[in-house]
Amino acid sequence: MAVTTVDSVAPPVLAERLGRGYWAGVLRRLSRDPVAMTAAAIILLIVLAAIFAPYIAPADPYKSSMIRRLRPIGTPGFLLGSDELGRDMLSRLIYGGRLSLVMGVLPVICAFVVGSFLGVTAGYAGGWLNTIIMRTVDVFYAFPSVLLAIALSGTLGAGITNAIVALTIVFVPQVTRVAESVTTQIRNRDYVEAARVSGARAATIVRVHVLGNVLGPIFVYSTSLISVSMILASGLSFLGLGSKPPEPEWGLMLNTLRTAIYSQPLVAALPGVMIFITSISFNLLSDGLRSAMEVKA
Amino acid sequence: MLAFTLNRLIYVTPVAIGVTVVCFLLVHITPGDPLTAILPADATLELQEQMKAAYGFDKPLPVQYALWFWKVLHGDLGNSIATGRPVATEVLRAVKNTLILATVATMIGFTFGTLFGFVAGYFRDSWLDKLASFISVLGVSVPHYWLGMVLVIVFAAQLGWLPPTGAGPDGSGDWRPDAAHLRYIILPAVTMSVIPMGVIARTVRALVGDILSQDFVEALRAKGMSEFGVFRHVVTNAAPTALAVMGLQLGYLLGGSILIETVFSWPGSGFLLNAAIFQRDLPLLQGTILILAMFFVMLNLAVDVLQTALDPRIKRG
Repeated sequence: MAVTTVDSVAPPVLAERLGRGYWAGVLRRLSRDPVAMTAAAIILLIVLAAIFAPYIAPADPYKSSMIRRLRPIGTPGFLLGSDELGRDMLSRLIYGGRLSLVMGVLPVICAFVVGSFLGVTAGYAGGWLNTIIMRTVDVFYAFPSVLLAIALSGTLGAGITNAIVALTIVFVPQVTRVAESVTTQIRNRDYVEAARVSGARAATIVRVHVLGNVLGPIFVYSTSLISVSMILASGLSFLGLGSKPPEPEWGLMLNTLRTAIYSQPLVAALPGVMIFITSISFNLLSDGLRSAMEVKA
Repeated sequence: MLAFTLNRLIYVTPVAIGVTVVCFLLVHITPGDPLTAILPADATLELQEQMKAAYGFDKPLPVQYALWFWKVLHGDLGNSIATGRPVATEVLRAVKNTLILATVATMIGFTFGTLFGFVAGYFRDSWLDKLASFISVLGVSVPHYWLGMVLVIVFAAQLGWLPPTGAGPDGSGDWRPDAAHLRYIILPAVTMSVIPMGVIARTVRALVGDILSQDFVEALRAKGMSEFGVFRHVVTNAAPTALAVMGLQLGYLLGGSILIETVFSWPGSGFLLNAAIFQRDLPLLQGTILILAMFFVMLNLAVDVLQTALDPRIKRG
């Protein structure tokens, strides 16, 4: 549902300043934004923890114990308590980042690639190709995102791959729309016309003049989708359409711990806290990136 | 205005037909034969062929689509495999409950969203703006199914003030507007309102900032208009866009209610969809998605037309 932000946010303004100087400027502005840097640090921490989980996690995330079920936070040996099967929560939260991050970020990366390709093609080619691509996109856009994601992964069947495919299909139309709109703007610039008149081939114009100018805005827009994608991906697992037990994954953990909301409410809420922190960090970083890239020269 | 409405209708029709194609194909991307869901495991080959013919699965896809589409136009979405009742009846009953929940949630979200948005837009870059903006970022970043769980933990499990699940004291019944049922809608509606609140707050903040920086505001102040008078002008200018966003949000909530309805066992369309997925009740699944998507398409159309009617600055045609 948070996907909704998409419609109210206008496509990013074109930042037509190319070259190393521009990107150095973006990085410099970004590094002076304390909110964005804090968000980036949190994301880095979570990603590193997920990658090096076997070295950091104090216990085996799969090892259950019938006599140590639902221990409260702070129990010796169970720093963040234990879940409904007596598994160490801290270890499962650290390991959980692996699947949750992959399921949240991968669809956006795929949608960025596919959507950029479709949108730039439609925007640059125009004509009937544009009509075919954009009308097809309109049809998928006509579904509320959450509904489409659940409908697709529901019919494809539960599973991590299907969930990633479903989310990619949800995000491709959104990226395509932004890509098409910025490409159409660029296509009508004088320098593109000049290149065309001087005899440059279409492929060269797209590579040199168009991609350089449109990938930035498309990229910024795509980063704003990661937060939504994380929430939706974990949401699919929460419904039982994503990862399967006993895999540690935040959405799935949240679902299985629903039985514990009366006995260990704090422990039961922990996986959601992780989803929340990650999603808000991606949102804040994306906001920072947006303003860092759009600053008027 | 009529010309504009007709123009939009002509544009929407192919999209709506495309939506029906996607809904139709959904059943065909399911792994395995759709028949396996209907037939008992030990069905004879003869029975299988019979059912295939009865459901039209033996015909080519475009023909199947045409037959299905013709039935849909007549309000026949088939029968639920699980209950045997007509899908259309089941879905419309559930959609009513979702519509009630989503409307209440949108109203709560709109009230607080515009409040935060106006405060943030008026006091740009003050601590009030930062606070209001932070709340709206929280609103769009929170996993709402988790927020629902937290609210249940606090207000149902710990304090015992409100019921944790259901739409009313009589169990699985529909929601009705009376005192006994009112208690049941509070937690799911508040949970659901968080997203539109965040989105509307962000939109209104940007709108108010834009409007305040325009020359006519300067002119109004220069001619000595009171700050309240200026505020009224800002509201009139921001209203069409803010209302349009609200309308779209209602649509997103209608289609995206499944997670919240699952947390609260709310007897709406999302809950129905969840059941359809896990019982592999394909006609019900298809029908629910089709009706919700059509609702969304029509709502978008209505918002488009209304916004143009409200805001003369938008070019018609």
